[in-house]
Amino acid sequence: MIARRLIYLAPVLVFAVVAGYFLWGLGPDRNPRELPSVMIDKPAPEFTADPLAGMSVPGLSTADLRTGQVSLVNVFASWCIPCRAEHPLLMNLAQRGEVAIFGLNYKNKPAEALAWLEELGNPYGRIGTDESGRIGIDWGVSGVPETFVVDGAGRIRYRHWGPIDRDAMESIILPLIEELRG
Amino acid sequence: MRPALLAILLSLSVFTAAFAVNPTAAFAVNPDEILDDPVLEARARDISAGLRCLVCQNESIDSSNAPLARDLRILVRERLVAGDSDDQVRAFMVARYGDFVLLKPPLKPETYFLWFGPGAILVLGALGVALYLRRRPAASAGGAAPLDPEEKARLARLLDG
Repeated sequence: MIARRLIYLAPVLVFAVVAGYFLWGLGPDRNPRELPSVMIDKPAPEFTADPLAGMSVPGLSTADLRTGQVSLVNVFASWCIPCRAEHPLLMNLAQRGEVAIFGLNYKNKPAEALAWLEELGNPYGRIGTDESGRIGIDWGVSGVPETFVVDGAGRIRYRHWGPIDRDAMESIILPLIEELRG
Repeated sequence: MRPALLAILLSLSVFTAAFAVNPTAAFAVNPDEILDDPVLEARARDISAGLRCLVCQNESIDSSNAPLARDLRILVRERLVAGDSDDQVRAFMVARYGDFVLLKPPLKPETYFLWFGPGAILVLGALGVALYLRRRPAASAGGAAPLDPEEKARLARLLDG
């Protein structure tokens, strides 16, 4: 008898499942444009990117990511507004000098990138230019900014989609760097 | 149905059918991207119609004007010219952007629910309806009891007004 009555709970159960799905789907923390990266735990793609003309900072290639040192690869462009928002955090991290910060200048005219870095400061130890966007495609980049944490063996361990904020920096990126160095 | 309404419905369905056949009526492919070889170009169009633009997300790269979509269209054509098969080109994109780049999700254990879920829900619903109908008392299925003479008289009075 009880078993028969339980069936009346079915609509409630279905509602709970659907409502839970909506709650997840419409949640303020979820950005539907953010896609999971398939590059996680894979070696960084093979590439050699020329240095940024007019700046005395070396270029970037896969070999630079395999030096045994944890590195942050930040894909940026001067036309990208959110890049401006995350820039102070990168400058701050660069000053602390705990991790190598490399930049990949994505689909940007070198002169514009140069002016942008002269205005805001250069946090990058190496800058590779990717004017055609081909290197970005090999990294699975769908928009700027994106930031990758690469371990000392040149393996991509984390990808941050969109601008880094203080919360992401302190709760995800810095602990991960600490863990990878340890 | 009135002829005017019928005409409107007919033209609407023709319009929708035309779009269903050629969803990329709005061209995004620029002349400078098109390959000289019509066979390769046709394959490129076919592949790029099935690849999602990562920027707009609900458009294929074939119909999107986003710069990344253009880059990917050119890349698809380059791979084809280099001798890749259609599947190799798709695999190249999936290796970088994941299954999400395919507008038609592949059939694999992670997507079984997606592919078979609606059918399973339909079967479950049909089973439920069948069970419900079988268990219903025969009386209601066999129609109502006949009217007694008093009810017949009342009905006749009502119908006569």
